[in-house]
Amino acid sequence: MIKLITTILTALTTGAIYALMSTALVLVWRSTRIINFAQAGQAVLSTYVGYEITVRSGSFWVGVLAAMIFGALLGAVIDRFFMRPIFKRIKSGPILMIAPVVATLGLLGIIQSIIGFKWGLTYQSLAAPVSTDGYNLFNRVIAFSPFNLLVVVFATVSMLLLTLLFQKTNIGLALRASAHSPEIARLSGIKVDLTRTLGWALAGAAGGLAGMLYIPSSYLYPNAMDVLLVFGFVAAVIGGLESLFGAVAGAMILGFAISFSTSYISEKLFFPMAFILLIVVLLIKPAGIFSSKKSRRD
Amino acid sequence: MSLVVENLIIDHGAIRAINAVSFSVPTGKLTAVIGANGAGKTTLLRGLSGLKEIKSGKATWNGDSIVGKKAENLARAGIMHVSDGKSVIAELTVKENLALTGLWRKDKKDVAAATEEVVSLFPILGERMSQSGGSLSGGERQMLAIGRALVARPKLLLLDEPSLGLAPLIIDQIFNTIKKFVTTMNLTVVLVEQNAMGALAIADEGVVLNLGRVVAVDSAENLLKDPAVRAAYLGY
Repeated sequence: MIKLITTILTALTTGAIYALMSTALVLVWRSTRIINFAQAGQAVLSTYVGYEITVRSGSFWVGVLAAMIFGALLGAVIDRFFMRPIFKRIKSGPILMIAPVVATLGLLGIIQSIIGFKWGLTYQSLAAPVSTDGYNLFNRVIAFSPFNLLVVVFATVSMLLLTLLFQKTNIGLALRASAHSPEIARLSGIKVDLTRTLGWALAGAAGGLAGMLYIPSSYLYPNAMDVLLVFGFVAAVIGGLESLFGAVAGAMILGFAISFSTSYISEKLFFPMAFILLIVVLLIKPAGIFSSKKSRRD
Repeated sequence: MSLVVENLIIDHGAIRAINAVSFSVPTGKLTAVIGANGAGKTTLLRGLSGLKEIKSGKATWNGDSIVGKKAENLARAGIMHVSDGKSVIAELTVKENLALTGLWRKDKKDVAAATEEVVSLFPILGERMSQSGGSLSGGERQMLAIGRALVARPKLLLLDEPSLGLAPLIIDQIFNTIKKFVTTMNLTVVLVEQNAMGALAIADEGVVLNLGRVVAVDSAENLLKDPAVRAAYLGY
């Protein structure tokens, strides 16, 4: 019983972090139609900034805010001054599908090198604002701490806020219209370039938050979020890449699959499980679990 | 107050899609641009709305050049292009589709008023407000696309083949509605059509395009009587 509860709670915690990463990837995919591999670098650099601010201000919360703001700015700058010129130069042809994605891979390398220059390649640790000791349940310590609870709450609240933004505001409507049909949006008078940059900024903020929530349970180093990028990508593809709902649901399915298989079968399944799930979904429903031909959810 | 196009040239890849085209549309008038498939009609509209790069030539709306301007800025300046076919965002509801052209407008009261006018013009849209754009029939989609443009209170309306793929009865209804709002709203309209008969019937003037060149400009009445035009584009 304790094992079952622990497994579920672990699934929720990891799923929440994957959800932030998959949301970041989906936000960029929807606005720009590319998979942004630099997301891991953007998120980890934002976390370094958050870490510095946490150390200097003494407050983890100020650090979270700084990481999100920096992440948003970095995302916006990358889109405006890096991606947009690339798209402007490549008008059509197969290279249009490949070059921007390769560019994000290059950017990932550059960002990680910059981190290496500034902070070195050593592991840093970021203290959690609340206890990371597991709660006591029936006189036994379980693998779910107050910090884990905080992760789940923060991820859930930020997802709800993002959903409200998309569904209930004018900016959200402009973002959705630009994602589904840039041309019609443009002809309707919507500044599509601006909404695209906003999509990158929101993704950057989500990545910064993911880093600040993930690193206290791990260590901070230049490649610290590469695994999260992979898991976030798997979750986004499972969810169909198009919808925020799919990104979160895909992340939760992934979190549960990993947590249950490592806890009940073998710890060694941690990494393979993500790919087993990915391949199964791609074989059965290539467009993602939450896709349907006629309608996409938001 | 008019649309003036002079020596317009637009390339489509290696093909010169619009070759030295000149014509003008006076304010409040409806001009039909007719011609066969591949005559360059759609490219012409895409050039005028900023979607397609204009290679050379002049195009002015009320004296202001529209060459080199961004599509979203031309839209905000009152030039609304209803592109051909499925010019509706399937994933958004009818209500959201209609709201797109009101998002950036300051006068929200007038946006609400314009939306109401559109619903009274196309009552079926009012019944379908919360349905997704993708669930609409072809005729309803066309009404929604035109309605969305009207919510912006446009001054120049560029309509690309509103009759495409619609049943004859629906085509009549759409053409009649276009005629109706053009007169009541004092709109200037460029109507691109393969359905030359239907388009000329409601137009004031007509421009006949063939392989990117203007082959005839005249009043719609005269074009309907012209034997050459009748033989080539009206089929009798």
